[in-house]
Amino acid sequence: MDKVYPSAEAAVEDVFDGAVVAFGGFFSAGKPLELTRALAKKGVKNLTVVTQQVGTGNEEILELVEKGMIKKAICNYPFPRSATKGLEHPFEQAVRKGTIAVEVYPMGTFAEKMRCAGAGLYGFYTPTGVGTVVAEGKEVRVFSGVETILETALPLDFAFVHAWKGDHEGNLIYRHTANNYNNVMAMAGNITIAEVETLSETGELDPNCIHTPGIFVKRVVEVGRPELWKVDV
Amino acid sequence: MSITAKKMILPETPPLEREMIALRIANMLQDGSYVNLGIGIPTLVSNWIEGRDIILQSEIGMLKTGPLAEGELIDQDRINASCQYVCELPGTSYFNIETSFAMIRGGRMDVAVLGALQVSATGDLAGWNNPARGLGNVGNIGGSMDLAVGARKLIIAMEHVTTGGEAKIVEKCTYPLTAKACVDVIVTNYALIEVTPKGLVLKETVPGVTAEDIQNMTAAPLIIAEDLHEMEL
Repeated sequence: MDKVYPSAEAAVEDVFDGAVVAFGGFFSAGKPLELTRALAKKGVKNLTVVTQQVGTGNEEILELVEKGMIKKAICNYPFPRSATKGLEHPFEQAVRKGTIAVEVYPMGTFAEKMRCAGAGLYGFYTPTGVGTVVAEGKEVRVFSGVETILETALPLDFAFVHAWKGDHEGNLIYRHTANNYNNVMAMAGNITIAEVETLSETGELDPNCIHTPGIFVKRVVEVGRPELWKVDV
Repeated sequence: MSITAKKMILPETPPLEREMIALRIANMLQDGSYVNLGIGIPTLVSNWIEGRDIILQSEIGMLKTGPLAEGELIDQDRINASCQYVCELPGTSYFNIETSFAMIRGGRMDVAVLGALQVSATGDLAGWNNPARGLGNVGNIGGSMDLAVGARKLIIAMEHVTTGGEAKIVEKCTYPLTAKACVDVIVTNYALIEVTPKGLVLKETVPGVTAEDIQNMTAAPLIIAEDLHEMEL
């Protein structure tokens, strides 16, 4: 089996208008930079983007914002931390104008919604968010005296992930805290595309060290080591 | 939004520096515990636990997070959830975000230290969305809701009043909640207050400040502890 694509552009070619596309990574760690750039270059409409933040620290996704490609964002920490910086931020401005809708979930719930989708489950009950705006309109159920709310699975049409090492069959290894959302998004993606810093021949990676087994990954692109990202919250 | 907001009367005694709030909390932590520190003053707690048997978890997916990294130790793939470059320690482990929140919701975190916008008389916490920002029901939730619900003990580190002099400890939160009845202890730049079934108990005051001074800048009734004493640092 060989899942290697010649370029990021070729790997994202079939992303369609209205698709739900997830982007792994957390600030400077594990962002699928080249895939995001390729998508911005291709140009699609009405995307729903699923990502930790569309704020500062994620400039590549801002290009999709500026080109008007996004209809909705599903996030955990969407805006710049500073209210002043937020006012000048293209994503926050689009949300204030109402051109991009935004849905926010607690971090654990956000991850678990994708884990469910990847694991063939349709929902889960969590105590997180009870008594807050997050619980509005959601089924409440009590287990062992603890109030919980029903959260549903979040399946993805495409998942863009970044790995340190990968092989031709899509087995992935992440580096340090660059794993973060990449594994769970890879699991939840109908079509998961992995950009890898180094591509190994199948059989070269230690089978004991694989984080994401290749069955979750449809395409692999070698992109090299990214430059040091500027981190500015 | 701040219809009920009223300027509190502050004593002439200078308040504690943020680092000293962090020190008081560090002294409260027990050896052998797993601890998660939120953004802001909570992060400063890490400066006071060097050499202690306390393991810090970072929800991005790192256990036994080391001190902040500088110079050549900076690695874009090794960051904490506050987006700071950090070092590794002997015994550090990395994992994906779904495992990270299994630890948090699953009750493995002995203590979480978070900041707050408001804390109520019954220990409700409001910390993720300041209505003054004008973004409605969306904002940066981060890991706060999961931590507030999942940690065995929740300590709040904050200034006693807002920069505008309004109370942050209130009868009932007017800002969007992070979680209900979750706070155990509040440490401010003037006092240490415990949340108990009977109400808020004033346990410690900074030198030169009286119980009456504290009540004058608190918009919820305080019970004065029998052993009320000066905060030792």
